[in-house]
Amino acid sequence: MAEPLQIQVNGECRDCRSGATVGDLLRELDIKTERVAVELNLEILDRQEFDRRGLKAGDRVEILSFIGGGGPDDGLGEEGPDPCTMTDW
Amino acid sequence: MHNDRLVIAGREFKSRLWVGTGKYKDFAETKKAIEVSGADVVTVAVRRINITDRSKENLLDFIDPKKYTILPNTAGCYTVEDAVRYARLARAAGVSDLVKLEVLGDEKTLFPDTGGLIEAAKILIKEGFIVLPYTNDDPIVAKKLVDIGCPAVMPLAAPIGSGLGIRNPYNLKIIMETVKVPIVVDAGVGTASDAALAMEYGADAVLMNTAIAGAQDPIAMAEAMKYAVYAGRLAYKAGRIPRKLYATASSPIEGML
Repeated sequence: MAEPLQIQVNGECRDCRSGATVGDLLRELDIKTERVAVELNLEILDRQEFDRRGLKAGDRVEILSFIGGGGPDDGLGEEGPDPCTMTDW
Repeated sequence: MHNDRLVIAGREFKSRLWVGTGKYKDFAETKKAIEVSGADVVTVAVRRINITDRSKENLLDFIDPKKYTILPNTAGCYTVEDAVRYARLARAAGVSDLVKLEVLGDEKTLFPDTGGLIEAAKILIKEGFIVLPYTNDDPIVAKKLVDIGCPAVMPLAAPIGSGLGIRNPYNLKIIMETVKVPIVVDAGVGTASDAALAMEYGADAVLMNTAIAGAQDPIAMAEAMKYAVYAGRLAYKAGRIPRKLYATASSPIEGML
């Protein structure tokens, strides 16, 4: 049995079976490939490459998808002074 | 108004209200608010998937991409490199070539870095993206964006999430006269009258998130915005009366005792 190798997935360290592909990793994480983007060492992969690209020690994988957002910020932002009562502008 | 369709880059849109999907209590509320708003363009952000908790639901399980035009944004990007990277990731995730391009200049105001915006837009347009840029209410920048191939421009009304309404109606007017592409007023709307006003000025659409999601009753506000945008558009098409300083009687004097 080959030694597991260490990779980074979404910034977290993770063991991965030697010889595993990006597709294997996604299946292991139970991630449906539909509407998912995968970056391997800053290279964006085409969907059909997922099962072809093998993982090696030290690889950095980013798996992204769509979330709610309309503005650049997920919180309601910094509470500033109430502009309706501001007098110094 | 049945044939009053908005067309951008050959795509036809039914609704002139576009909505964001952030800041809602949960996906059920997001879905309901969007349905009630009647919007058919919905912006989404691109982020890392939570790999440790896969039980989390996916936004697009609630918002059907077959029913809505999904408009991925580059929210949170402060550099040309980041914005281009997120746009490419959004396209790789397989929804469309559309991108709401944001290159932000400052965390406090979230004003666009218009220099970076133009640079990023050039790169993405060359790669075949349909770039809808979130920009300042600056007519010169709007013109530059159109000149390099943006099929619409999205000037802000006020800072994102500020709810201040249209800060500079005169600049918006000048943008509308300067460029011959659809104008989507994006960001800063606080309540229904702000949205109606934007449409009355001649905007082609209004994009908002916080004004709906942050309202005490987001579903009711979604409905208010739907009617505000519709009413504003109707009023614009109808053509308002000129402003006069003094009264003009509506009833005739003739026949009075």
